[in-house]
Amino acid sequence: MTKPSSVCILGAGPIRIGQACEFDYSGVQGVRALREEGCRVILVNSNPATVMTDARLAHRTYVEPLTKKTVIAVLEKERPDALIPTLGGQTALNLAIELEESGELERLGVRLLGADVRSIRLAEDREEFRVAMKEAGLPVLPAATVTSIEEGLAALDTVGLPAILRPSFTLGGWGGGTAHDRESFELLLKKALDASPATQVLVEASVLGWKEFELEVMRDSAGTFVVVCSIENLDPMGVHTGDSITVAPAQTLTDREYQVLRDAARTVLDAVGVATGGANVQFAVNPDDGSYVVIEMNPRVSRSSALASKATGFPIARIAAKVALGRRLDEIINDITGSTPASFEPALDYVVVKIPRFAFEKFPGADPVLGTSMKAVGEVAAMGRSFEEALLKAVRSLEIDRDSLEAPREVTAADDAELEGRLAEPTPDRLWELAEAVRRGWSEERIFAATSVDPWFLRRIAGLVAAEGVAADALDQPKSLVALKRLGFSDDQLGRLTNSDPGSVRERRIEAGAGRIRRRVDTCAAEFEARTPYLYGSFGDADEQPTPRRPVIILGGGPVRIGQGIEFDACCVEAVAGLRAEGYEAVMVNCNPETVSTDYDAVDRLHFDPLHSEDVLDICDAERPLGVVVQLGGQTPLKLAAELEHHRVPIWGTPRDAIDRAEDRGRFAELLSDLGLRQPPGRMVTSAEEAAEAANELGFPVLVRPSYVLGGRAMEIVYGHDQLAEYLERAAAVDPDRPVLLDHFLERAVEVDVDAVADGERVVICGVLEHIEEAGVHSGDSGAVTPPVSLPLELQAELRHQVRLLALALDVRGLINVQFAIQGDTVYVIEVNPRASRTVPFLARANGTPWAELAARVCAGASLSELGVHDGVPTEVAVKLPVFPFERFPGVDPLPGPEMRSTGEVMGRGRSFGEAFAKAALAAGWRVPSEGRILLSLADRDKQRLPALAARFEELGFAICATEGTAAILHSAGFSEVTKVFKLGQGHPDIPQLLADGAIQIVINTAAGRRAAQDAGSIRRAALDAGVLYFTTIPGAHAVAEAVAALRRGPLSVRALQDDAAGPPPWAASLGD
Amino acid sequence: MTGPRDLPRSLTHPRPAHLVLRGGTVFSGWAVGAEVVIEGEVVFNTSMTGYQEMLTDPSYHGQILTLTTSHVGQVGVNPEDAESNRIWARALIVQDLDFEPSSWRSDGGAEAWLSERGLAVGWGFDTRSIVRHVRTAGAVPGILVTDGTAPEELIGRAAEARGTDGIDLAREVACTEAYDWNEGPWASPSHPLERGPDTDRPAVAVVDFGVKRSILRRLVGEGFAVRVVPPGVTVDELCGGRYAGVLLSNGPGDPAAVGGAADLISRLIGEIPILGICMGCQLLGLALGGRTVKLPFGHHGGNHPVRDLSSGRVLVTSQNHNYVVEESSLPREVEVTHINLTDGTLEGLALPRAGVEAVQFHPEASPGPNDSLGLFTRFAERCREAAS
Repeated sequence: MTKPSSVCILGAGPIRIGQACEFDYSGVQGVRALREEGCRVILVNSNPATVMTDARLAHRTYVEPLTKKTVIAVLEKERPDALIPTLGGQTALNLAIELEESGELERLGVRLLGADVRSIRLAEDREEFRVAMKEAGLPVLPAATVTSIEEGLAALDTVGLPAILRPSFTLGGWGGGTAHDRESFELLLKKALDASPATQVLVEASVLGWKEFELEVMRDSAGTFVVVCSIENLDPMGVHTGDSITVAPAQTLTDREYQVLRDAARTVLDAVGVATGGANVQFAVNPDDGSYVVIEMNPRVSRSSALASKATGFPIARIAAKVALGRRLDEIINDITGSTPASFEPALDYVVVKIPRFAFEKFPGADPVLGTSMKAVGEVAAMGRSFEEALLKAVRSLEIDRDSLEAPREVTAADDAELEGRLAEPTPDRLWELAEAVRRGWSEERIFAATSVDPWFLRRIAGLVAAEGVAADALDQPKSLVALKRLGFSDDQLGRLTNSDPGSVRERRIEAGAGRIRRRVDTCAAEFEARTPYLYGSFGDADEQPTPRRPVIILGGGPVRIGQGIEFDACCVEAVAGLRAEGYEAVMVNCNPETVSTDYDAVDRLHFDPLHSEDVLDICDAERPLGVVVQLGGQTPLKLAAELEHHRVPIWGTPRDAIDRAEDRGRFAELLSDLGLRQPPGRMVTSAEEAAEAANELGFPVLVRPSYVLGGRAMEIVYGHDQLAEYLERAAAVDPDRPVLLDHFLERAVEVDVDAVADGERVVICGVLEHIEEAGVHSGDSGAVTPPVSLPLELQAELRHQVRLLALALDVRGLINVQFAIQGDTVYVIEVNPRASRTVPFLARANGTPWAELAARVCAGASLSELGVHDGVPTEVAVKLPVFPFERFPGVDPLPGPEMRSTGEVMGRGRSFGEAFAKAALAAGWRVPSEGRILLSLADRDKQRLPALAARFEELGFAICATEGTAAILHSAGFSEVTKVFKLGQGHPDIPQLLADGAIQIVINTAAGRRAAQDAGSIRRAALDAGVLYFTTIPGAHAVAEAVAALRRGPLSVRALQDDAAGPPPWAASLGD
Repeated sequence: MTGPRDLPRSLTHPRPAHLVLRGGTVFSGWAVGAEVVIEGEVVFNTSMTGYQEMLTDPSYHGQILTLTTSHVGQVGVNPEDAESNRIWARALIVQDLDFEPSSWRSDGGAEAWLSERGLAVGWGFDTRSIVRHVRTAGAVPGILVTDGTAPEELIGRAAEARGTDGIDLAREVACTEAYDWNEGPWASPSHPLERGPDTDRPAVAVVDFGVKRSILRRLVGEGFAVRVVPPGVTVDELCGGRYAGVLLSNGPGDPAAVGGAADLISRLIGEIPILGICMGCQLLGLALGGRTVKLPFGHHGGNHPVRDLSSGRVLVTSQNHNYVVEESSLPREVEVTHINLTDGTLEGLALPRAGVEAVQFHPEASPGPNDSLGLFTRFAERCREAAS
């Protein structure tokens, strides 16, 4: 095989459930590895919040939709020799199959590297996979592939109940489930068939309760095969592995059993035909007799391989990219030891525990029971010398206000029967439910019967619960204190158990000999000396902290969750380059195994540890940092700032008081009034009567939210007294201890996000982002565009002026984000965040400036003048669109609102707004039609804006249909061609039917209030379920019209980010090499 | 209520244990099992599975075995995983030891098993620190104390503790009477083995320097009738036509100290197909005129990459040796077949025209990967060819 000189890598697109930032990590590793091998690298990814789309990483970076058409356009332009489809998750694999099978790759002379279509197909098509496994002599479950309900029912005869349904070619098991009876089987099968792009579902016997293992393996062209990591799931079969608590290395297998799985994994690779690269193989093992079955294999890097890479220090994606080029494992040096080859199997002398992070609180009505379809939005991992230590570290990494196995009230309140039921149907609370069952004195047998969790794990959890019981006098017993710390107990919990406070516990335990030391992750259990400073905190005899040299700590963002995603990781990683450029060592702290920031390669030193005060303070003790940067990892590090300052840790950047001034309601109002800026009038109330009074005074509609809940939770727009009373009843009990906030809601206001960098003297504007949705939709869920399309320049100048005032008044050093609402000509300040916002990487891609890197340099004392930075100027129109996980939560109304619910975002770039929006919509996975029929169903308050909208779509050649009220208005406005259609069940054909039949291509459906929402919900839900483009606001509808118009003008062009700038700006540090 | 059984042992006022190394370094932890002061060479193994196999491996005779994996004991013990009928390691040092097993294969807890056999176990040790010490200082003799003696009192004794050089440990572990072995390899319930007929099995003699049962099991699996013979066996007995081949087994300690072995082997070469494993490989090297040397801290683990020079492929191997044949000391006609990729040491040799093959690593695995089972198959083929 000749080595290709240029290679195209496909990214994974927006962050979705089942496909998160692990593919940014693998993509970045892949690009770096290929560069090292001398290849020219072309990258395609629509997700601007990624590190990989930094224009300095690949040679050519296309932030373009991951669709067949666009990728062909890129390939035609760049003519690479090869394409690697195994680094961008299922999205990239599916796309590669499409390209290969349509003959396009052959036409363009591009060969696939790392996996061939036959093996991808074989691994993906469950029936073919089963047959291949059987032929190779490997055990599989009884199953049948079906393409209709009838076939499914027939298959039940051989498979039996319960049966698991797995649609082919979907992400993270989406669309599947477990059926316990015939009735639910039929229902689930229908959904599963719909979910599969191939209308193909595997009906499989259930091995509910068997133990689940996964092996991460690598193979090279010489046939050398290594297991990088074995992973055991604490949750037995039945819970998707992405939703499972998992442990590495596997704990409950004898060596002989483990070697059986290892041999089987190799046979699986042979049978599937994976000649080179990384893969994972999943097994279910019967706890009663050790028999096993092969569940599935992925011939690509995955979420688990990211975890395995972090858990062991073996960089799977990087090495997969190299073996794809034909390198042999024994030719590649293990970076960590610097002397041994990569053709070995890592040995761990610690335990890694991963716990998924969920977001059910964002989706009221969603079923929180964990099953075969993944529901987690992110994850954390932690390392400890024992399972217990790793488990408790992982718990406090989650940032869900729990630092121990002490059960929350909703768990302790359950009676025994309820608890038993919950244990049998695992939810995100299962760990605390297990602990609660132990606390109630349930026998191991009883808990095992309900959960099938291996007794080894149950005993360890029981041990931790028992230890809580003897901790009361630990402060006076140094040996106990040390033992408890080694078991992983946090200072916070020990403070509670000993009736003391975390600070005193910390002092006493350090005296007692439980000061935390640093341990290295070295792939070899210390057999060889490690060179790479990849560390975790634990307890023991020998500290392995390297001697720091001008260290500055960057605190990362922790687990990905809705509202705090990959964009903060991109900021943190960019800051590394900034700190290095200023002559500092960049030291990262983070606990998210999916991210680039937890790649030891991306930083000068990595501490893989919880972003929890005690862990971070202990790291500061080891590092003695010159500064700590807290403004780049979202809210997570900001919450630690006070504690750090209290311990005299120097915080670099904006003074902490600025955070308080921006967050404290009273001080914020004072700040704005001092500066002569406006905010929407609002009041805090402590009773229902007061609320009604305040609403009258402010005028409806009002935006209401509980004062004690952050992040848009339980926030609602209320249009009248009835709705207000109903809200207070349902969502927010109001009393003097729990005040509720009411703000006048600015209807039809345009929202604008402005990001800026300030150094105390100058303020440079990163960019101005105009929201497409009107005020009322959470800024993270709103589409947005830069430069603004509807704001007059004078108004934009006013916004910039106000941002400058705020940044200087708050003495911001680094990044600041200001959100405005503009109603008519009046500018209101909605929110000020003196930190990096989620739009910073988007703006960096839009105007080719690494804002977070510059912010880090400013934090380090550089001035903006020195750096020669000016306000950002977008080279093209750039549109950001959110991506929602509604398909994972059946029955939830897919209506964006004040609470953020999107998991990711995409970027579309173009010469016009329409082109950029069309690309963004395509990238977000919508089918954007250039002709067809549009359904209009508008809320009363939107109806005056209806005729203009209808006229625009008519002009574009669309047929219009409308629900009753909307149709009536259109008829009277002279739109005679409009057809009336029926809501669900009100006539024939109804809207869900029309959608399912493909008779409607666009749905515009706006609604207000809960009743209307329920009604409209069925239209939106039906559109979502049918995969039809829908928008819920009038401006969104107009944007769709522009997109349609752009598509009608001709094919969309593609353009690399590198073509935007003439050359690298003077301050740009090297990132690629 | 949670019972006292549930309470993590570290909170139950355990007995202290100390490891005192020659040179005066002391590591501390807690003790279970025998209350003793016991001397041995301190070695570490980085395998994450297979503690029962390691403890019963006669090659650990005379050694204090330190395991680096976090948890030990969780799968209990079972008859099929024993590599001999007793524990050979002098003592065991771990981070954590389980009370009770969780495995369908287990017929008893590891702790009870260890205690009943009088083994001293140090747990709660920072095994990583021990490894870091051994990695730089080399495999050192040391003393594990679990009877309450203060470690300071033992520093003098530790200073005089002996290593393994020049001691014929193989004689202490090998059988004195020949015996037949019939059990085949363990098979997963998912892959039941079909055992061939018990008649017409070619016989193989295994010269026991401290053989692991897995080697015997693998030979049975290859269709051999297996007879284990003591190291004092004569050439005539081996070459008298009864056996189709000879396997030179693994064993503990210094190969140069194994009395009579090199002489026996040099007379076997060319007479009968030979496979040497670990010490068997070293003894072959000596018999062929080579030299053995002691490695700084040996190879003990299940993850060592070895290149098979004939195929170019890398095998992930199970290893347990402190001594190695020096490649440069071997005569020209000896072919080097395998090398270790981490330190370049010799991992396999052959004298094809004389029907000799040997590997330094453990193809029988146990614990460790099964990558090299082909060596047994090839040995079986060679034996059949030679017989026909």
